[in-house]
Amino acid sequence: MTTDHILLDHGSGGKISSAMIRDIMLPAFDNPILSMLNDGASLEVGGARLAFSTDTYTVSPLFFPGGSIGDLAINGTVNDVAMCGARPLYLSVGLIIEEGFPIEDLRRILDDMGKAARLADVLIVTGDTKVVPRGAADKIFINTSGIGLIPDGVNVGGERACVGDHIILSGTIADHGMTILTQREGLSFDTEIRSDSAPLNHMVQAILSAGKNVHVLRDPTRGGVGTTLNEIAIQSNLGIRIYEDRIPVKKDVAGICELLGFDPLYVANEGKLLVFVPPSDADAVLAAIQNDPAGKDACVIGMVTETAPKRVIMETRIGGERIVDMQTGEQLPRIC
Amino acid sequence: MSIKHAEEYRDRELSKSLIQKIHQNSHRPLRLMEVCGTHTVSIFKNGIRSILPETVSLLSGPGCPVCVTAQGEIDAFIELSREKNVIITTFGDLMRIPGSDSSLQKERANGRDIRIVYSAFDALEIARNHPDREVVFLGVGFETTAPTIAASVLSAQAMNLKNLSVISAHKQVVPALNALMQTREVRIDGFLLPGHVSVIIGAGAYRDFIRHHPIPCVITGFEPVDILSGIHMLVRQIDTGRNILENAYPRAVSETGNAKAKALLKTVFQSGDTVWRGIGSIPDSGLFFQQAFENFDAAKRFRISYRQTPEPRGCACGEILTGVKIPPDCALYKKTCTPLHPIGPCMVSSEGTCAAYYKYHGG
Repeated sequence: MTTDHILLDHGSGGKISSAMIRDIMLPAFDNPILSMLNDGASLEVGGARLAFSTDTYTVSPLFFPGGSIGDLAINGTVNDVAMCGARPLYLSVGLIIEEGFPIEDLRRILDDMGKAARLADVLIVTGDTKVVPRGAADKIFINTSGIGLIPDGVNVGGERACVGDHIILSGTIADHGMTILTQREGLSFDTEIRSDSAPLNHMVQAILSAGKNVHVLRDPTRGGVGTTLNEIAIQSNLGIRIYEDRIPVKKDVAGICELLGFDPLYVANEGKLLVFVPPSDADAVLAAIQNDPAGKDACVIGMVTETAPKRVIMETRIGGERIVDMQTGEQLPRIC
Repeated sequence: MSIKHAEEYRDRELSKSLIQKIHQNSHRPLRLMEVCGTHTVSIFKNGIRSILPETVSLLSGPGCPVCVTAQGEIDAFIELSREKNVIITTFGDLMRIPGSDSSLQKERANGRDIRIVYSAFDALEIARNHPDREVVFLGVGFETTAPTIAASVLSAQAMNLKNLSVISAHKQVVPALNALMQTREVRIDGFLLPGHVSVIIGAGAYRDFIRHHPIPCVITGFEPVDILSGIHMLVRQIDTGRNILENAYPRAVSETGNAKAKALLKTVFQSGDTVWRGIGSIPDSGLFFQQAFENFDAAKRFRISYRQTPEPRGCACGEILTGVKIPPDCALYKKTCTPLHPIGPCMVSSEGTCAAYYKYHGG
């Protein structure tokens, strides 16, 4: 059943999003850089290699345990630029504000953005503000774009994954997505979970110093680890095998996921990354990640295989096997 | 809400020893049906099929609530969402189910007020906050969900809330088991009975069924060790020629069930015949409002008449729900029917057999 209108699923980061990008967006903008479909674009300008990325933030609620739309808007774009192997340098900020929005809240958000930018060591160098009539936007939307410099010798991308690469995950998954969901829906549990929103550019620098042959860097945001691994399997035309018992999920987060019928593999993260490195570099890169406060739970969760190209296969906790498919649309809470 | 964990029921060694026992006891091809959709998902998610002997086939039964909801009911939900002044409240699973010409998700994109809730009590809250609007809750599910809906109706009555109503499309499991056993094409050697439903209705609720239809039955929980234990018990019963009811989920299921939940059901609802997708009308398998609660019956309030809508041409959901076919047997599966463009509900619901097959078995 096809649709004539945009559904929330079109923004989910899963198959329906991919189909929209392929069928509507790529034809309109057709060029080889965009067609790479990486988190950000890698560009050659005057002999320098630049990474350029943009993202728009519409999260609700605006403030949540572990962060706010403000630091999310900085960290998200910093991370997208960093995942090109680049050192993020400059950001732009565009604000769309609904009429009637409290100035005090705006101040808090901008304050969070300033702090996050300082922490990530980037400068916000240009911006724009629009105010729209009440109802034309939901409180505040933020767009940020960022550019960064890709050092010589660094060459990362989903298509560069190689057979035998170890796949390192920098920490627990699903913290951000489940925090937002429980806050938005006013679900109360006798536990507090927090968003993992954090800049990853310093961790990326440490990774690139520790391993000279890093093949892929990716932050599994919307669509989660499951969707990101599928994207890499498709880009590289190789298979991916992961082990369920190695994937770190906080107990509380796992419990809430189970209760609502959510698979943590498809839940968003905002401060985690996946690295693909050859076995020779894996120990050094893992140590570099674990050295970062945001990477203490890092571990190798799987490897790249020749068999089952374009597929992600998981060995389950009890020794069974299953396919981890790309998500179709948003995950929706189930009936029982 | 407190969150408990069940690590011991996911233990690798325990699982291994159960798998070994299943291999030892399984001597001929067996067709076992997991009745509950949550079982289906857990079986796929844990890769249980990949470690069972080839002799054991697992068939998914009519226990995915959304999948067994009749097409006419889905169309009625969609039509109701188009009524002026109505707020539809629903569990998330129903949003993408295709009706004859639309879905709730599409209606929401067209501006209808359709809200996903986590409990019928959320619907009650919405009704309280919007006294000038009619709030309708779409009551789909089995004996697991129906008691909370009954409780929310009692609360609404106590609060004298006039703008809340419920479509009761609830279904009961035991009448469906009876209907399955009476269907000629159905060939099943044993049932994994649903854990959650059994928590409510109790093991005793199956005694009459097994007396009339002697067949191996095991009440089973949802963790991998629970499911492997259930399968092992069934295989052992079949191997030794017994047809009894066993409980592999005693930490949650008692003989008599949850008395409070059962009382809530009895107070608010009464049994009646209802149509299951793929099976047809099953006597006394539905839950409808008692006369005293008619005010809350959305079907009466909005004069809903369910049309006999034909199911999509070629869609084998019905045969899949009864274990007569498996998804790859359906002519539409993976061809015109995919999670991106689902034709039948079994491809949409997170607990649908076709969706699970596609997602975990290689679409």
